[in-house]
Amino acid sequence: MTAQLTFKDVTLGYDRHPAVHHLSGEVAPGALLAVVGPNGAGKSTLFRGLVGLLRPLAGEIHIGKLRARDIAYLPQSADVDRSFPISVFDFAATGLWRSTGLLGGIGRKSQANVLAALAAVGLNGFERRAIGTLSGGQMQRLLFARVLLQDARVIVLDEPFNAIDAKTSADLLGLVKHWHAEGRTVLAALHDMDLVRAHFPETVLLAREPVAWGATAEVLTAENLLAARRMCEAFDDTAVPCATEHRPARAA
Amino acid sequence: MLYDTLIGPFIEFEFMRRALAGVVALSLAGAPIGVFLMLRRMSLVGDAMAHAILPGAAIGFLVSGLNLFAMTFGGLIAGFAVAILSGVVARTTELKEDASLATFYLVSLALGVTIVSMRGTNIDLLHVLFGNILALDDQTLLVIAFNATVTLLAMAVIYRPLVIECVDPLFLRTVSRAGAPTHLVFLALVVINLVNGFHALGTLLSVGLMILPAGVARFWSRDISGMIAVAVASAMLSGYAGLVLSYVTRVPSGPAIILVAAGLYVASVLFGNVGGLVRRLFPGRHLEA
Repeated sequence: MTAQLTFKDVTLGYDRHPAVHHLSGEVAPGALLAVVGPNGAGKSTLFRGLVGLLRPLAGEIHIGKLRARDIAYLPQSADVDRSFPISVFDFAATGLWRSTGLLGGIGRKSQANVLAALAAVGLNGFERRAIGTLSGGQMQRLLFARVLLQDARVIVLDEPFNAIDAKTSADLLGLVKHWHAEGRTVLAALHDMDLVRAHFPETVLLAREPVAWGATAEVLTAENLLAARRMCEAFDDTAVPCATEHRPARAA
Repeated sequence: MLYDTLIGPFIEFEFMRRALAGVVALSLAGAPIGVFLMLRRMSLVGDAMAHAILPGAAIGFLVSGLNLFAMTFGGLIAGFAVAILSGVVARTTELKEDASLATFYLVSLALGVTIVSMRGTNIDLLHVLFGNILALDDQTLLVIAFNATVTLLAMAVIYRPLVIECVDPLFLRTVSRAGAPTHLVFLALVVINLVNGFHALGTLLSVGLMILPAGVARFWSRDISGMIAVAVASAMLSGYAGLVLSYVTRVPSGPAIILVAAGLYVASVLFGNVGGLVRRLFPGRHLEA
C-alpha cells in the first residue's frame, strides 16, 4: 500500500533550532497512529509542520494528493476567543467551510449534519448557547464536532484528552475509533500510555529525534521510554549548524 | 410643538435632509465595521487610523484646496499605506499589530505635519478636523453613498471568514488562505469609512459613529447579527437626534451627534439587558438549573 503521508528526513523548529530532528517515516491511509513522547519532544511541532503552519527547516513532508485543507487539525490549546458572540451551532458549522467556502449557503441538509455532529459529541440542546457559556470539556466536545463536520481524510489531534474528565475522553475516544473504522487516517499526540496500548495499533515515540516508530507494543518498551526521557529538551543557544546531511533513519 | 422640533426642520430645510441622508448612509456602513473593531479589540486602532488619515487629507487640501476628491484621495492613500504596512509587518514579524500600527500612524502624522509646516501656510483645517455635516453638497453625498454601498457589499463577501478569524484564527489558517486577505480588506474598509466620515464629522469624530454604537450594541445583544442591527439602529438614532439637538440648541452638529451617541452609550451601560450595571446589581433570584 502506498503511503498517504511521507516524512523525508524532516527537521522542524524555530529560529533554526530543531524541535523535531531528522524524522523519516510513512503513514499509511487509514492508520491510527499515536505520537508519544515527553513534553518538549516535538509532537506539536510535528503536527504544525504536517498541517502547513510551519515550514520545515530541512527535509520534506509529502501529503500526496491531499491538499492542506483535507487535513483536519485540532491544536493543543485551541486559540478560540470564547468571548466572541457566536452560538454553538454557528461555531460547529464553521467546520463546513470546505463545502461552503466564502458565500455558499448552509442548506437544510447541512443544518441536519451540524445537528447530528453536535448530537454525536453529546451537545444536543446546546445549539443556541453562546460558546462563552461552555465548560472546558464541553468546548472540547464542540471542537470535536467541528472536526467531525470537516469530513477530512486525515485528522490530526494534538493532546485531545488533556484536562478532560474520564467520561468525556471515553466519548471522544469513541469518535476517534469511529473515524478509524471509516478508514480515515488519525494521528493523535497522547500522554496516556495505557490508552495508547489499548486503542492505537501504531505508535511513534519522539524525543526531538525519533526514538522508535512501529507497532505500539514494540515501540512502547521500557528501554525506548527510558531513552526518550534521557534525550533532554536541549535548546542550546550556541549550537553549531547540524552537520548531518543524510543521517540513516533511526526509525522507519 | 413636537412636530416642529422633530420633523419640521427636515421638511423646511434641504441641508437638514442632506445631513440626515448622509448620516444614515454613514451609519449603515460604519456601525457594522465598528462592531468588528470592538470584537477584535481594535477600537483604538480605529482612532489611530483616523489620525493617520489626517495628514493625507491635509496634503490633498494643500495641493488643491477644499477639493472633495483630492482630500478623499489623500486620506485614502495615507490610511491604506498605514493599514497595509502595519498589517504586513504584524503578519510577517514578531511585532504585534497594535505596536506596528502605532509606529506607522505616528510616522504618518509626523510626516504630514512636516509637509504642512514646510509649505508654511496657515491652513484652516477645522473643516478636516471636525467636518461640516450641514454643508454636504450633491457630490459629497454621492461619494458617501457610494462608499457605504461598497462597504456593505465587501462586508457581505468577507463576513464569514471575518467572523471565523475573530473566533479562531488558527482554524481559518488551516482550512483556507482567506485569513490575510480578509484582514486586509477589513482594514481597507475601516479606512474607507473613516475617510467617508470625515466630510461629515471630521477625521477626529468620524470614528465615533463607528465605535460608540458598537459599544451600545454590546449591552443589548449576545449575538453578532443582533449586535450589528442594534449598532446600525443606534447610529442612525444618534445621527437623527444629534441633528435635531443641534438645530434646537445651536450646538455644532458633528459633536451633537457624537454626544447623543455617548448618551445612548451611558444609558446602555446602566440599563442594558446584557451585563448592564443595573441588571448586575439587581440580578433577581438565581435559577434552578
